[in-house]
This record gives sequence, structure tokens and C-alpha cells, in this order.
Amino acid sequence: MTIAIPPTSNKKSDQLQPNGWLRYFSFSLDHKVIGLQYLVCGFIFYLIGGLLGSAIRVELASPISDFMARDVYNQVLTLHGTVMIFLWIVPVVNGAFGNYLIPFYVGARDMAFPRLNAVAFWMIPPAGLLLISSYFITGAAQSGWTAYPPLSLTTPAAGQILWILSVLFLGGSSIFGGINFIATILKLRRPGLKLMQLPMYCWAMLGTSILVVLSTPVLAGTLILLSFDIVVHTGFFNPGLGGNAVVYQHLFWFYSHPAVYIMVLPAFGLVSEILPVHCRKPLFGYTSMVYSIMAICVLGLVVWAHHMFTSGTPPWMRLFFTIATSFIAVPTGIKFFNWLATLWGGRISLNSAVLFSCGFIVNFVLGGITGVMLAQVPFDIHVHDTYFVVAHFHYVVYGGSVFVIFASIYHWYPKFTGRMLNENLGRFHFLLTFIGFNLCFAPQHWLGLNGMPRRVAEYDPQFTFINQLSSAGALLMAISTLPFLWNVVQSAFNGPIAGDNPWRALTPEWLTSSPPPVENWNGEAPLVTEPYGYGVPKEQLDKTGTSNSDHRSSGQ
Amino acid sequence: MSIPIAILTLVLGMVLVLGGLWIGQNVNLLPVDASANAPVYDELFRVLFSIGAILFLGILGLVVFSLIKFRRRPGQLGDGLALEGNLSLEVFWTAVPAVIVLFVGLYSFDIYDRMGGMVPLGHGAHDHQEMEMQQNIWGGIGSKAEELTTESNLAALPVEVTAMQYAFLFRYPRGDIISGELHVPVGQPVRLRMEAKDVIHAFWVPEFRIKQDVIPGQPTILSFTATKPGRYPIVCAELCGPYHGSMRSAVVVEEPTDYDTWFSNNAKTTVPEA
Ligand SMILES: [Cu+2]
Ligand SMILES: [Cu+2]
Repeated sequence: MTIAIPPTSNKKSDQLQPNGWLRYFSFSLDHKVIGLQYLVCGFIFYLIGGLLGSAIRVELASPISDFMARDVYNQVLTLHGTVMIFLWIVPVVNGAFGNYLIPFYVGARDMAFPRLNAVAFWMIPPAGLLLISSYFITGAAQSGWTAYPPLSLTTPAAGQILWILSVLFLGGSSIFGGINFIATILKLRRPGLKLMQLPMYCWAMLGTSILVVLSTPVLAGTLILLSFDIVVHTGFFNPGLGGNAVVYQHLFWFYSHPAVYIMVLPAFGLVSEILPVHCRKPLFGYTSMVYSIMAICVLGLVVWAHHMFTSGTPPWMRLFFTIATSFIAVPTGIKFFNWLATLWGGRISLNSAVLFSCGFIVNFVLGGITGVMLAQVPFDIHVHDTYFVVAHFHYVVYGGSVFVIFASIYHWYPKFTGRMLNENLGRFHFLLTFIGFNLCFAPQHWLGLNGMPRRVAEYDPQFTFINQLSSAGALLMAISTLPFLWNVVQSAFNGPIAGDNPWRALTPEWLTSSPPPVENWNGEAPLVTEPYGYGVPKEQLDKTGTSNSDHRSSGQ
Repeated sequence: MSIPIAILTLVLGMVLVLGGLWIGQNVNLLPVDASANAPVYDELFRVLFSIGAILFLGILGLVVFSLIKFRRRPGQLGDGLALEGNLSLEVFWTAVPAVIVLFVGLYSFDIYDRMGGMVPLGHGAHDHQEMEMQQNIWGGIGSKAEELTTESNLAALPVEVTAMQYAFLFRYPRGDIISGELHVPVGQPVRLRMEAKDVIHAFWVPEFRIKQDVIPGQPTILSFTATKPGRYPIVCAELCGPYHGSMRSAVVVEEPTDYDTWFSNNAKTTVPEA
């Protein structure tokens, strides 16, 4: 069975919808509008989450709890984690870029289920508002984004329940999105387009969406049980009533480890789109990239207990999860070496998109190395739940995913708006972000190794200086958003006109106007069977100021 | 005359490996090692740190080098080399990380074993009741050190740990002492049996390199042997409520004679000293 949207029915619904800027506030069915809705909405939550993170760094600038009340601090750290994961990174790397790009990449005029798509997006703002407003109405949840019972059963119930409701909505939105991506990629491909001809981001989104559909329902079920424990005092996770607190951890991490891949696999895909265009070279090792995505998906489902090495886990389990986790490094490593090989011998434009992509490679490699270290049980036993772990996952999700989000905005902004961003401001933004980020999080490795646990409002005064260093980095990160915001706002009105294809790219989203029309192309959708067909044979390389490619013994 | 690229690469690779090894061995990021398994841990740390440093510096170098060397010069309009893949190269960078990861896994298995992680947790449980409860006890570094020293006839010192919001309580069954600080003699294995009253806490002594969650309704075991007299922080490492950050205590490691003095000063019942 093929699912196809009859163009006529689509036309009709378009007439019911506002046309100008108002359509971004409407229940639009256009995947491009929905993608940008996700992006802007996510970015607003990023600013809120960033504010919360800054509040944490202000509190930690001194070793005593003096900036906010202790319970408020726990609310702030819970909100920071929840907002950044569920309202910023997951919706943006999946929802925003997925919705905008996937229909182009498969040669479709929209997603498989446009209405479900709009519903999925419109679940996010209310869920986000619910979460944020819980802080003002009842006091937000205080048990961290992990909500471990029995703590989550004993902290004020109202905030915890609102947190659960909000996360359930966001999880639901994510599942709807996942189903839609799977259907679109597998069923809406333009006739003649084979799976192994798809741009890499499609593979990344296919893998991610499978993870979303397999693991998010487990989180939903777990949180529903947790809410029963809170509201009607069942005893699933309450040891006082015969429940088991560790079971919650298994169920929670069965979702929340794959959640890491839900945040980084799409980022891997986006980088794979950006680098070849600006390096003017084919993506190195397409096939091995595809297989490593699939390997990461499979392995990603069987490593969750590495978050529980100091919890109640028997020794055999600790060992199994050490080995499984370590092995994820292999497919992940393949992807990184492939990107390095894509850079090698290219004609790299040193623009903001490339700088952020390369920043991502450097940061994520560090996060990956500490990840393999943390996978080793004996190593983890010392640093689990310390600032070492805080540093590690910020290197993965900020240094990884958020850097890629910025790279992607610099890369696709001309397509979104029809105008170019200011590159000098962009490079300045990169410099501030890269320095600020590393100043903020690199010292935290040392803090964790030397005895500072995570999620504390007060700490041993011997750590004061390093914490202040970290806070200075956070300040720099906060400042770095200013040139970016200025750039995207003023370029939307005054930026130079981009034209259809300013990067001379080959993927289908560039083979139409900027911004593209409703239904993406006037006339038939282009058939792009070689999305990475850049580059020239060795004989034709223009030799002006060029590389030592003739020395390359390994080239084929 | 330029140096052949293969030799240059080889030399750079060797410099990188030696540099990484040097960093791993000489940059100390860890606090004092004050327990029997801390030096074992530090050995693992140095190996992982060396491998990590080599990989990170190598990749950082490659990225920076590529960005400089292969940057687009003004007036260059052509594309780069149409190179879509290279099987032998891809096999190489699949196999090498796989071997490294396998080595690291086996090595850390060995370290874990030496730290006592693989010792059945019931071992060293002397009274009968505790043997029966062993099914319910999960987690914790077992008692390899204990196993070694029992041969030299030094029995493990049992201590019952209760964690609650926001304090640790230490009860010494022999002598019926209840203390807010953990006193242990240097060189004698200590076996903590831990349980929480309210929410999950975690018992962490950074200088001992050990941590174990303390869980309500599920006892956990942690064994260690302190090796350096001193006063080290005990830190709660699991978010347990608003005052989580102030849930700290200390472990006081004393020479056996000092410990005996402390013990007899506090013991409620007189027990024959070991
Ligand atoms: Cu994980
Ligand atoms: Cu605690």
C-alpha cells in the first residue's frame, strides 16, 4: 500500500489557513511551517533553559547556598534538565530539522500524516507552559529530571504531577513525530529513489524514530505508575509499601539512555549533510555510516544499566553493561573517522556552519572518550553522580547536539528565509560559544574526580576557584547568544538575498526556491540519486595552492 | 627536499603516542589515594587517561590540520577529490577501536576483580541471619581485600550504616557504638552494610575511590581497607532533597592503637578486643 497525499485535498486545506507570518501561529499542515514552529519554539525554551542553567552557575559561584533557597535550587535544576532535553534538543534535532528536511530528502510534498504532524507540534507549547508555570503555581518538581523514587514520592506532589503530565505530553508528541518520520521515509519516497540513495539524515532519522517508538512508551508507562504511587499511594516504587525503587531506575534508563541517541543521532545526520557541501567532497564511507547508525540503535537499547553501576545491581549485570556500552564506541568511532576523511583533501569553506560542525567533532570526541571511561564499572564507581558525569553529558548534548543545531541554522537559514546570515558575526558567535563552553565544562571533570557530587547547592570550599572558572564560562556562553540573536533577526530583514542554492549543494531542498513554495517544488520533484556527488577525479583537481593529494597512498 | 610523508606520519604518530602516555602518567587529576583499591583504581585511570589523551589530541590535531591545510583559498572554485570511501581504511578504523575497546573492557574487568567487585557478596557474612539475607543484598564492591587479609587472620570490621535525610549514622555492632563519623583502623578491612531510612542516598569517599548507593528497602554492601591515616570526607552523591549538598560526614582513619582508644572510650558493652 502506498500512502500519498492527493494534492487537491491539500490545496483545499491551505485556503483555510492564514498565509503571511500568521501561518506560523496557526495549525498549519505544511511541514516547512511546522519545522520552523518547532525550531523557534525550541529556541525560546533554550533561552529559558539557559537562564535556569545560569542561575545554577550563579549559585555555584560561591561554596555556600546563598543565591536561592535550597528547594528552589532543586526546582531550577529539575527544570533546567527537563527543558533542555524535552523542549529544546529533542524537538529541534528531530521535529524542527526532521520536518523541514525529510520530505525534501525523500522527494515528497509533505510528511505522511500532516495532521498528526501538526498535532505533535501543538502538544509542545502547552506542555512546556505547564512545566514552566508549575514553578509559579505550585512549585516545580524537585527530584531532578530523573525523578527517582522514593525522593519523587516525598517531594511536594503537585509539582511532581505537573512534571509527569508535561513529560507525558512531550513523550506523546515525540512518538507521533517518530511514527510520522518512519512512515514518510519508508513509504513516501519518490519512485526511483532507493533507500541507499537517501541523504544520511534520513537514515539518522529512521534510526532515531525507531528508538523513539520502541523506548518512549516505556517512559510513559513508568511515569504513569509513578503518578499512581504519588496520587493514590500504590506501592510500585515505594519500598515502604513493598515496592522496589531500583525497578524504576531500570525502566527510566531503558528510555533515557536511548534518549541520548535520540538527541545525537539526528545531529550526526545533520553534520553528514553539512560537511560534504562545504568541503566540496562526497560523504566518506556512506555505507559504513548507514550500518553504524543501525548498530548504534541496536546497541543503544541494551546499555541502560550503565547508569546504575553504583545502584542495586548484581556484578554480572555490571559487567555485561560495561562491555555493551564500550562497544558503542566502535560504530560511533566509524562515523567520526568518516567525517575526518570527508574533511581531508577537501576545499573547506571556513564558514560558521563548518566551524560549528568541527567544534561538534572536537567536543563530542572528548565526550565520547569520557563516555567509554564511564562505561568501565570500576572507573564509574568513583565518579558516578559527580561533576565528571555533568561534564561528560554536557560535552555530548551541548558540545554535540547544540553545536550541530547552530551549524544547521547557519547552513539552512538561507533556505528558511531566502536571506544570508552575516558570516563574521557567525564566526564570532562560534568563537564565544566554543571558548565559553569549554571553559564552563572542562574544569568540571576535575571537580568530579576530586570529590564534588552533582546536584548540590553547596560544596567544599576547596572547589571554589574551579567553580568560579566554570561560572565564567557559563557567562561567556550566555553572552554568545547575543550576536546570534542579532544576526538571525536583522538578517531576516536586511541580509543579502540568498538565491535558490547559495552553497551549490546537491540535495533536493536546494533545488527549489528559497524559501520553497507550498508543496516544495513547482512541477515534479527532482530525483536525486547521488546526494553527495561532489568532487572531481584526481586528474582534474585544480592545482592552485593545493594539497599533497598525490602523496596519499591510501586513495583508491 | 621534503621529508617523505610516510616517515613524517610515523614520527608524528610516535610523538602523539609518547605524548599521550606521558600525559597519562604525569598529569595527576585525582586526590590522595587512601584505600587499598585506590592505587588499583588510579592505575586504571592512568591507562584510560593515556588512551583518551592520544585519541583526543590526535583527532583534534587532524581537525585543526585539515581546516588549515584544506581551507578554500581565494579564487579556488573547484571541488575537492571525489573520494567516496576506502575499504581498507574503513576496516582499519573499525578494527583498531574494537581492539582498544576490547582491551579496555578486559583490563577493567581485571581491575574490577582486583577491587573485589566480583567476589560473591555473601562472602564474609559471619552470622547466619546475614547469610540468609544475602539473596536480598545487591551491589557494592565486595571483599577481595577482606578475602586476602582473612588469611592473615584479620577479620573484617563490620559497621552498619544508616543513611537518612541528611546524615549518615554508623553503628558498630561490637561495642554497640553509634557515631556520626566513621572511625576505622588503618590496614583492617571494613565491611559496611548500608540501608537508607527514607530516600536513596549514596555513600562516597573520594579518597577511597568507592561509592555505593544506599537504598531504602534493599541493603547494600561495601568493603574497603583504609591505608593512610587521616580524615576524609564522606559525601552523599545521590540527590536526596534540599539539603543534599550539606549531607556530608567524615571517615577518620587511625592507627590501630588510636582506634582502640576511641573504641574503648565509646563502647557501651565491653568486648574482647581482637
Ligand atoms: Cu546511557
Ligand atoms: Cu543524601
